[in-house]
Amino acid sequence: MVPPERKGNGVMSAIKLRSIGKSYGTTSVLQRIDLDIRSGEFLTLVGPSGCGKSTLLRILAGLEVPSSGEVEIGGMPVTDVRPANRNLAMVFQSYALYPHLTIAQNMMTPLRLRDLSTAERLPFVGPMLGRVKYQQIQQQVQETAKVLRIEALLDRKPGQLSGGQRQRAALGRAMVRKPVAFLMDEPLSNLDAALRIHMRSELAELHRSLQATFVYVTHDQAEALTMSDRMAVMMDGNILQLGAPDEVYNDPQDIRVAEFVGAPKINLLAGNLDSDGHARCGEVVLSRVTASRASEKVSIGLRPEHLALCAASEPGCLSGRVVHKENLGADIYLHVAIDDGLHRMVVRTTPQEGVSVSLGSDVSFHRLHGQAMVFGADGKRIQLADAMSSQVPEVA
Amino acid sequence: MTDLSMAPSGLAGRSTFRFSTTETLKHVVLILGAIIVLMPFYVMVSYSLKSPAEIMQNTGGFFGLQEAFRDDYCIKLGNAVADCMVTPAIYNYTTAFAKAPLLRYLLNGVVITASIFFIQVLVALPCAYALAKLRFWGREAVFGLVLFCLLIPVHAIALPLYIMLAKLGLTNSYAALVVPWSISVFGIFLMRQFFMTVPDDLIDAARMDGMSEFSIIWNVMLPTAVPALLAFAIFSVVAHWNDYFWPRIVITGNRDLFTPPLGLREFKGDADGDNFGPMMATATIIVTPLIVAFLIAQRRFIEGITLSGMK
Repeated sequence: MVPPERKGNGVMSAIKLRSIGKSYGTTSVLQRIDLDIRSGEFLTLVGPSGCGKSTLLRILAGLEVPSSGEVEIGGMPVTDVRPANRNLAMVFQSYALYPHLTIAQNMMTPLRLRDLSTAERLPFVGPMLGRVKYQQIQQQVQETAKVLRIEALLDRKPGQLSGGQRQRAALGRAMVRKPVAFLMDEPLSNLDAALRIHMRSELAELHRSLQATFVYVTHDQAEALTMSDRMAVMMDGNILQLGAPDEVYNDPQDIRVAEFVGAPKINLLAGNLDSDGHARCGEVVLSRVTASRASEKVSIGLRPEHLALCAASEPGCLSGRVVHKENLGADIYLHVAIDDGLHRMVVRTTPQEGVSVSLGSDVSFHRLHGQAMVFGADGKRIQLADAMSSQVPEVA
Repeated sequence: MTDLSMAPSGLAGRSTFRFSTTETLKHVVLILGAIIVLMPFYVMVSYSLKSPAEIMQNTGGFFGLQEAFRDDYCIKLGNAVADCMVTPAIYNYTTAFAKAPLLRYLLNGVVITASIFFIQVLVALPCAYALAKLRFWGREAVFGLVLFCLLIPVHAIALPLYIMLAKLGLTNSYAALVVPWSISVFGIFLMRQFFMTVPDDLIDAARMDGMSEFSIIWNVMLPTAVPALLAFAIFSVVAHWNDYFWPRIVITGNRDLFTPPLGLREFKGDADGDNFGPMMATATIIVTPLIVAFLIAQRRFIEGITLSGMK
């Protein structure tokens, strides 16, 4: 896509949310959320439905009033400022294009309302009064349409467009006003799978070329991982972890984050901490010791790609029966019912390995070194003592 | 075996209209209903075409013989008999327009129904928007009141309304015909139900674009609500165009303010008896605009009804 003539918004577009709380009656939706959004970054709010991510975005947009806390945009407190005056643009899941207006008119609407006086908005008389402004508006619409490659659609009504085209038109309406930040509320949810994956890369590209701040809400952890500079995992009205996608994926600080991020889900084994700090689950013992010495119940998290098939005779192997096989082409995921009868684990194999494994057969697998995560009974991550040097080989 | 099974299927293929008792019964009932509804209209149109003698003796079929007859009133005015021979259909319709200022009444009807509908929309849309899309304390209670008002019959409050208008000196004016109907709870209810189906995102998008709440009502909600508005228009216009009760109460003297249904009275209870021909001609003229409007708007009307879920 051709970058339009605009620079990043500089320091002006940093957004700060200070101890935002929101409750409806007695139900608390958001609990004291603090969030600093850097200028020009692509920040994703991700979490299961009902976690408050959309509410947070709507508070940022000014569509909801927070019960407590403050919103700052570019250093200015805007908690009491009307949505339109915050100069933010929002893209909605349902696109929310005005059904009775053409795409061009849809895209003009925010500019007309911002740049034209009441007299200039009048039909017939208005265009004569503000001819120069009208030309500018039309030009801006044309430029934006060119960037999004929707020039041919400008004269059509939203009802005549496909989902992907409406998506672009909605993006166009957001872009024309050159906002401080783009707020997106699950904009890809209504698209079919192939288009959704295509639009991911297109949105990321658009973000790079616009250099504007994007705040993106999604329940799809894959979108968060693929597009964002930073992602905030939300659950039950709290931000559990905020960080770069690989940080959140590789180093989750909470068991709920570990479970939510990554598909297929992380495998969790119930285990114990013994008195010298080794986490053990049945016969499996992690060699690395945790900082905690208290003996408590823990969960050991192992991602499917951190497991590998091995010969049954090798020490430290878990064995079980294959109950389901998911073939994704590049990878094959084996769902294995462990012999202890308590756990089901998902193991990633290469197609070469996996193809020979048939349903119902017995397999053994072990974990790759240095990848296990230990979570305490409260769900918090327990750091391993030598986590700083995780390259050290771990011997079972 | 094959031949036998071929025969019935061949028959079925030839005639898709197979006799079915339930279908026939349904149609008989529907046809009877249609006859009951259409019969008065048939009589109305037929009488508007026939001579008084044919109406009284019930002869002449639908059109009558259209034989010229003697207009007694014309002779009373001292004209020659030869000049007073008139064709029934022409006589009925010309008398309708001549004896009563029917054009004036029709114009009154248009002005009044149009102003009523315009003001009703002006009031109902913001109310419906607030009830459907804004969160405020007591909203459900207010909506409950709206539903309650739907249950109040017009006739129950006619007298207080009349007294109020009389005290204000507004009887015998257009205002007396329009003002009592300016707030339509039915309109508020209908539009509210429709607005509930408009996605919140659309309104939020308008707010982000910088529209005020009123501007959202007129620039976003109104255009999307056209089908529902059309349905409401039919209800409102039909009710007030045909209304005989209220105009009869508040328009007492001034014939210039008569609405079309009041015009029908001009032919009723004269000293020389009822003049059915011109009366039915007037009735025909009065209902024609509604029927034409309904035929034009039929498709959108049904759309509006189904989409507001009030079949």
